[in-house]
Amino acid sequence: MNDKSKVNAKEDLRLSLGPVLFFWPKDVLLDFYARMVELPLDVIYLGETVCSKRREMSRKDWLGLARDIAGAGRAEVVLSGMALIEAASELSSLRRLCENGEFTVEANDMAAVRFLSEQRLPFVAGPALNLYSGASLAELLGCGMTRWVPPVECPGALVAGALAELDAANLARPEVEVFAHGYLPLAYSARCFTARLANRAKDDCGFRCIDYPAGVPVTSQEGEPLFTLNGVQTMSGRISDLLGDLGDLVAKGADILRISPGLDAAEVVEAFDRVRGGGLAPPVADECNGYWHGRPGMDRVAGEFPEDGSDARA
Amino acid sequence: MELVCPAGSLTAVKIAIEAGADAVYVGLRDDTNARRFAGLNLDARELEQAVAIAHARRRRLFLAVNTYVRPGAGERWERAVELAATLGVDALIVADIGLLAHASRRYPELPLHLSVQGSATNPEALAFYQERYGIRRAVLPRVLSLAQVAQVARESPVPVEVFGFGSLCIMAEGRCHLSSYLTGESPNLGGACSPASAVRWERDGDVLAARLNEVLIDRFEPDERAGYPTLCKGRFMVEGRRLHAIEEPASLNTIDLIPRLSGIGVAAIKIEGRQRSPAYVEKVTRVWREALDAFAAAGDEFEVRPQWSKTLAGLSEGSQTTLGAYHRPWQ
Repeated sequence: MNDKSKVNAKEDLRLSLGPVLFFWPKDVLLDFYARMVELPLDVIYLGETVCSKRREMSRKDWLGLARDIAGAGRAEVVLSGMALIEAASELSSLRRLCENGEFTVEANDMAAVRFLSEQRLPFVAGPALNLYSGASLAELLGCGMTRWVPPVECPGALVAGALAELDAANLARPEVEVFAHGYLPLAYSARCFTARLANRAKDDCGFRCIDYPAGVPVTSQEGEPLFTLNGVQTMSGRISDLLGDLGDLVAKGADILRISPGLDAAEVVEAFDRVRGGGLAPPVADECNGYWHGRPGMDRVAGEFPEDGSDARA
Repeated sequence: MELVCPAGSLTAVKIAIEAGADAVYVGLRDDTNARRFAGLNLDARELEQAVAIAHARRRRLFLAVNTYVRPGAGERWERAVELAATLGVDALIVADIGLLAHASRRYPELPLHLSVQGSATNPEALAFYQERYGIRRAVLPRVLSLAQVAQVARESPVPVEVFGFGSLCIMAEGRCHLSSYLTGESPNLGGACSPASAVRWERDGDVLAARLNEVLIDRFEPDERAGYPTLCKGRFMVEGRRLHAIEEPASLNTIDLIPRLSGIGVAAIKIEGRQRSPAYVEKVTRVWREALDAFAAAGDEFEVRPQWSKTLAGLSEGSQTTLGAYHRPWQ
């Protein structure tokens, strides 16, 4: 929990790696994490949050990976729960996840909140929980929430406003983790768009998501990037990037920045690490950051650095 | 099963009740509900009249206060709750846990229904809301198959209400940020989905283009029926193909599932469409009243009358209806 009187500096920001939202083959995933444990990451979230049919990694595999990463001693490990729980089998998997007995869990459905609060376990409230105000945060603080990842559409002003409401109610703030880089998870559906694209029924999807390690791009008929299909999840068409907004993130109360991984996550983590240490942000290409500034999510608002091509990655 | 019908105006409230609604749900004319369109919804005085109209006919009146409270604006939502309690509204439809906590503490006698925007799709989540806030009913998102609805209804600690007819939201309600991503208007935060203010129609020769915040959602040839540019129903490019990448324009219609929904133990059928005209509400309500009465009389012998399907198809997007997720292969 934070002391509200303490104001973070950029270099106090912690970096987290969100759960991999795409469906990668097991060997690719394990190689990926072998690289990630070498990086300056403070928290690593693990687990399948999108689709229960994706079973390259068994429950045992995930726990084994979690122990390996925790054993490396650098990053805190959190297990992330699914966002859309429909079938009874999904509910029982979620229960087992919440009862793992070793690792903190990120709840992305109120079912997980109930499982965790029944056991009086502290938990992370993930971005799929609709927590937008001090009063709603207060409810989950009472259930054991210790960290809040605001819904991806929240502007910085909303985050700061919700925290100020907690302060005014004399409630200790949870840690605040903002989705700072990656394709934004925008929606969850009963329908699998990747299977539909391949003219396959969801029950016989052939696990086609594995063919798209960065999702399926959807553009307008004029070629403008709109969305990215990822199974039952719809993501933003552009990558959201708040690297140029670190000062404002700190000012609005962020403690942790979440990088939602693609295969190039190492480069992104290194850039964030450099900028929190005082380096310049790399130039933006197609990235968006509208949500944080209270604009349509796909918009780009000029950040804190002159967007003149100075490159922190160079 | 209770027939719960939408009304975006006092006229629609009267008409829905005359046409056979058991309950009517309305919203206030501000951002406390998820259908904020210009000229739509009721003010406090109209809400009072709506309650009087419903109660005079022994019908029920529900108030949707189903958006999420924004920091600093909580008073507006709390006033809506107070109004509902004071005016004797029969149930308050709420999604936000902060507001549920407030309403359940301050007005324990006021029945609370969990809004579909609360996005509870499983018995465990429903138990969370029931235990903490004493909800008496929950509206299920339109993402569950019939078998899943049956399972949730069986294990749910509260009666469930399901959508029977209207626009088909294919995303889990309350978990869709597509509209705010393109337009800045978030249904969770009191904005409309694909708001009319962001729509621009543009004619290019014979072709009609529909834009939403300048993003091209679809282009219609002269022989194509131009639909409202709801963003998930546009035609987009995927792997070099132009297609309805997310969903085709069609409306949900579950009239032939009435016996099964009843058998499952569903407590109420909800008709979507507070933004629709009173004439639309009247037609849909009449068909559903007839169908539910026919089912009550005929039981297992219940058959869908062709005239019902014809009327409902005529009121549907693209004249198409679908069972949506209730029908497992659709998923």
